[in-house]
Amino acid sequence: MPFASTTRNVRLGLSSLAAHKLRSGLTTLGIVFGVASVICMLAIGEGLSYEAREQIKRLGSNNIILRSAKPPQEPGAGGAAMHRVLQYGLTYADVERIATVVPGVQVIVPTREIRKDVWFHGRRVDSTIVGTVPWYPSITNRRLLAGRFLTTLDMREAANVCVLSSALARELSGLWNPLHDMVKLGTEPYKVVGILESAGVGTGEGFEGLPQTERQVCIPLTAARLRFGELIVDQQAGSMSMERVELHGAIVRVSESDHVLKTAEVIESLLKSFHEKQDYEMIVPLQLLLEKERVKRLYNMVLGLMAAISLLVGGIGIMNIMLASVSERTSEIGIRRAVGAKRGDVLAQFLTETVLLSGFGGLVGILLGVGMPRLITRLTGMSTLVTAWSVLLAFGISALVGLIFGYYPARRAARMDPIVALRHE
Amino acid sequence: MNIVEASGLSKIHRMGEVSVAALQGVSLKVRSGEFVAVSGPSGSGKSTLLNLLGCLDTPTSGTYRLAGRDVSAMDDDALSEIRRDRIGFIFQSFNLIPQLSVVENIGLPLIYADVSASERRERARRLAETVGLAHRTAHRPAELSGGELQRVAIARALANDPVLILADEPTGNLDSRTGREIMALLQQLWRRGATLVVVTHEENIARQASRNIHLVDGRVERDTATAGAL
Repeated sequence: MPFASTTRNVRLGLSSLAAHKLRSGLTTLGIVFGVASVICMLAIGEGLSYEAREQIKRLGSNNIILRSAKPPQEPGAGGAAMHRVLQYGLTYADVERIATVVPGVQVIVPTREIRKDVWFHGRRVDSTIVGTVPWYPSITNRRLLAGRFLTTLDMREAANVCVLSSALARELSGLWNPLHDMVKLGTEPYKVVGILESAGVGTGEGFEGLPQTERQVCIPLTAARLRFGELIVDQQAGSMSMERVELHGAIVRVSESDHVLKTAEVIESLLKSFHEKQDYEMIVPLQLLLEKERVKRLYNMVLGLMAAISLLVGGIGIMNIMLASVSERTSEIGIRRAVGAKRGDVLAQFLTETVLLSGFGGLVGILLGVGMPRLITRLTGMSTLVTAWSVLLAFGISALVGLIFGYYPARRAARMDPIVALRHE
Repeated sequence: MNIVEASGLSKIHRMGEVSVAALQGVSLKVRSGEFVAVSGPSGSGKSTLLNLLGCLDTPTSGTYRLAGRDVSAMDDDALSEIRRDRIGFIFQSFNLIPQLSVVENIGLPLIYADVSASERRERARRLAETVGLAHRTAHRPAELSGGELQRVAIARALANDPVLILADEPTGNLDSRTGREIMALLQQLWRRGATLVVVTHEENIARQASRNIHLVDGRVERDTATAGAL
């Protein structure tokens, strides 16, 4: 059997590699970088999909997020639109229709968002006022840290009560607990009845077009409608534009995750039939996840190809050096054959040596490949994730490269005519 | 008992269109305990004969029985085993592995016989003593003199307790005094019962053998018993 005396071959191989430390080291560089890049690329790919999964978790995989969007301006209407009130976006009627008509909708949470300054004891913080309904925290998975959230009674009375996001509360008051105190939203005084956790699902940190949750004040939707109106005046560089928006967004929770995409389609067609213009947009986190997975697959394919090329180059380098080694040790091969080594013994000896060489390169590559993603994360902020299976895969590949590219030189050594080899000086 | 029984051994090397007969119908019997010197001009087929006797090569035609076993039709693996178990080689240029120590070089054939490391070391050490190198066991070939190198090679040839020891110009790379010492060592082996076939072109070495075979153009021209060292 050619692989009978493995330990002997391993010892032999190690001593012969140790005899040429520099050469062995340089030879393995190709494998080192190949393996490192395999791990690195998988780490980046995994990081991408981890990030996507986290974002989706934040947005809620059962959620469908609707946002009002300013419709594209009709060409030629630019001048006239200056003094006209632009009306667009989701309406209360939309929300009502979705809640009653679309099957599978568990709950729908409409929001109005108005940028206003919040005042507290002379301190001012620019923040977003969110007019919403009592079940807002549950759909976004945000915890109430103190006090209570808005109630149906607040809604009915359009009460001047508000709930601050924890980050905003900290910024406004420092060590002072603002609970049960009064804050001013613009010019209106509101009583703080609760503190809500800043981040949650459905509130899209890092998603364009979604409101930030850091500095947020929640008030009853009815109060927002009553006190702040639906007209938003925007003064910019001397020109003035007015917009009328009933609702800025709505989060729909679908009761079964299997039906999310289908429900989204139904909502889309429903909205389409009542809106002349595309003045809303729909974000389906599940769809985003699928898209990100597709991007990741593509990315993995491209980088996988690059890693494969570098492993190929590394393998060829190893083959090259092993061929040199075989011809350099021709006389040794002759001697071994003369004293009774079979072809298989010689084959196994050189093959073992190559596998050791590439395996060693693989180990160094793994160290590098585990370290590099950390560096990438630090330098670029891209999240990376080194998984155990990627390390195993990389090591397996390096050993395989050794086997494949070691076979030809080893076979050449084994096929040598012992008489010719012995005569070789 | 005949160690070597060869009849009609021929070896024809094919070089493209041309065929060169290195050996043409050599028949030869070597009894156990004989010391045979093979001489002849260069190109007479001495080395080819030695390679065939040593199972490094197979004859184009003819049969060869080594210690009773027909080896002329064996495959490469079987021939390797024969070399491993029954034959000891001594070369003109010593052919030691430079990276290995004296003991490791001596023990090399035992590796392929799957002898355990400790036993290998033990046997190699005893053989080193036999050839007078007990004080050099840990050295590498580069640190030894020519005579010492050939002693290592002889010890290696003895490692597997061979039935036949083959030497190809064993003194060819040595000065005359060292050459005499090596021949004395071979004589000593012979007296203890070893069977030797030595290829040489030196008259005084051939004279030390018990039998002289003279090859010319791949044929046995003369086969004479000599007084040898007796």
